[in-house]
Amino acid sequence: MKVRLLDICHGRSGDKGDTANIGLIARKKEFYPIIEKYVTAQVVGEYFGQMVLGKVERYELPNLWALNFLLHNALGGGGTKSLKNDAQGKTLAAALLRMQIDIKEKIEY
Amino acid sequence: MKETIRIASGQGFWGDLLTAPVDQVTKGPVDYMMMDYLAEVTMSIMQKQRRKDPRLGYAKDLVELTEQIIPLCVEKKIRLITNGGGVNPVACAEAILGAAKELGVQKLKIGIVVGDDILDRIDDLRKQGIDLKNMESGRSVETVRERLQSANVYFGAWPIVEALKQGAQMVITGRTTDTGLTLAPMIYEFGWKEGDWDKLAAGTVAGHILECGGQASGGNFSADWKAVPDMAHIGFPIAEAYANGEIIITKHENTGGLITMQSVKEQLVYEIGDPRKYITPDCVADFTTIQLEHAGKDRVKVSGVKGKPATEFFKVSMSFLDGYTTFGTLTYSWPDALEKAKKADEVLRTRIKNLGLEFEEIRSEFVGYNSSHGHLAANAKDVNEVALRVGVRSQDYDSVERFGKEIAPLILTGPPSVTGFAGGRPKPSEVISYWPALIPKSAVKPEVIIKEIS
Repeated sequence: MKVRLLDICHGRSGDKGDTANIGLIARKKEFYPIIEKYVTAQVVGEYFGQMVLGKVERYELPNLWALNFLLHNALGGGGTKSLKNDAQGKTLAAALLRMQIDIKEKIEY
Repeated sequence: MKETIRIASGQGFWGDLLTAPVDQVTKGPVDYMMMDYLAEVTMSIMQKQRRKDPRLGYAKDLVELTEQIIPLCVEKKIRLITNGGGVNPVACAEAILGAAKELGVQKLKIGIVVGDDILDRIDDLRKQGIDLKNMESGRSVETVRERLQSANVYFGAWPIVEALKQGAQMVITGRTTDTGLTLAPMIYEFGWKEGDWDKLAAGTVAGHILECGGQASGGNFSADWKAVPDMAHIGFPIAEAYANGEIIITKHENTGGLITMQSVKEQLVYEIGDPRKYITPDCVADFTTIQLEHAGKDRVKVSGVKGKPATEFFKVSMSFLDGYTTFGTLTYSWPDALEKAKKADEVLRTRIKNLGLEFEEIRSEFVGYNSSHGHLAANAKDVNEVALRVGVRSQDYDSVERFGKEIAPLILTGPPSVTGFAGGRPKPSEVISYWPALIPKSAVKPEVIIKEIS
C-alpha cells in the first residue's frame, strides 16, 4: 500500500551551519519499524535530489519513535550567507512529510 | 538541600515573545528562570554595536524586561539566569543595576560570567599552538584572520553554579550554552558533582527542551497544530527537576499551548546531530536513552537519561565578514502570475548581465509557488499570486548596491499586475559567516564578577 509520511509521522527541521536536520517522528509506536525500514538515508537523498549538495546521514532514536536526518550542504551556505527564503531549513520537515512510500505491510492510521 | 526545583524558560532567542517571561514569574510558582538570547551570528551583531558604543553589545531588551520583573523576582526569590550579556555582560549588569536602583530596589546581587571573549587573544593562542582551524572544513583561521568579527568560547553550567554559590540573584553571561543555563541551578541546588554524568546529561536534556521557549509547548508544532489551545497566550515550558535526575516538563495552568509527548519529542529532535553524542562543555548526553512518559495534563516525565564524561575541549564560535547580500521582492497577480514572475526574473537577469555586475550567486525563488519545497512542491498551474524574490551575494559592495536599483524599474518596464514594492530600494547587508573551532579547556578560564546594590 502507498502511505504519505504526513499521515503516519510528524517532524521538525532546523539548521547547523549549512547542514539541515530533519527529525521524523512516527505518530504511533507500530509505525516506527515502517519508517525505519523504508525511509533510509538513500531514499531521502534521492527524494531531495539537487536540493541537497552533500551527503545525507541517518540516525535512529527508537526510544522517541524517531529518525534524525542530516542533510549536508543543503542550505545555500547557511546562516546569513544563504540567499534562500528558508535559509534555516525550517520547512524541510514538511517537505519530507509529503513523501509517499510504498510498503508491503498493511497498516491502519 | 532541596528535592525539587522549578526552572522556567523565559526567552528562546533574541527577539522572542516579550510577555512570556512576565507570565512565567506571575502566573504560578517558579524558582528560576532561564533566558536564552544567543544564536550563532548574534555575537557578531553585538560586537558591531559595542564597537560603535563601548557601553553596548548585549541584548538591550533584557534591561527593559528586567525592569518589569525584578522587584517581583527579588520578593519571590526567583533567580534569573541569562546569556543576554552578549559581548558586554558587565555593561549589561551595570545597566540593569542602574535601572533597578531607580525603581527603588534596595538589594540586588548580579553575578557576571566573563572570559569567553577571546577575540583579542587569537594571535597569542595561535602562538601557543592552538590552531583554531575550522572544525567542519579543516581550513586554517589564517584565511579569515583579518575579517574576524567575534570569537567566543562556549562555557557551560559550572561558571553559573559559582555565581549562584556567591549568592547572585541574577546571573548574566556572555557565550554560555543554552543548555548550561538550565543545568546550572540543578547542579547548585542538588549538589551534583562532575562525574555524575547521568544526572548532568538529564539536566542537559531538560535544557535542550527549554532552550527554544514555546517550541516545546505548542509553538511550531507539526503533529497537530490545529489542536493547540489559545496559541495567543502560549505558556512557555517549565522543567520541574528532581535531585535524582528525573524531570517533569510542564507549564503554568492558566496559559495557552500544550505539553504533550509529541510536543516534547519535536523539540528533542530539533537541531541535533548524532543523538548518541550530544556534546556540551558539561557532559556528552545520549538522546537514545531518553524515556518519556505522559504524567497528567500538560505534564511529561523525562527519565533514564545516560551521559558520558565531558570532552577536554570547549567549542569556539567565531564569525567573519564574508561579503554582502541584498534581496528584492515583487508580487505578481493572476492571470499568469507565475509566468509573469518568471518573465520578470529573466528581464532582471539580462539587465544585470548588461551592467557587468559580479555576483558569487544570484538566486530567484517564487514565493507562493515553490520557494520552500523546490521540485517537491505540488505543480499548481494557476496560482492566484506569486512573489518573485531575487537575492544576490558578492564580495563587492557596489555590485550589490547597484542590483538594488534594478528592482523598482521592473514595475513599469516588466510584466503587468505587479505590486508589493514598498520601503525603497533594497540595501546591501553584510554577510557574517560562522567559523566553529575547538580550544583546550585549559587555555581559557571563566571568571565570575559580582556587582550589587547593597
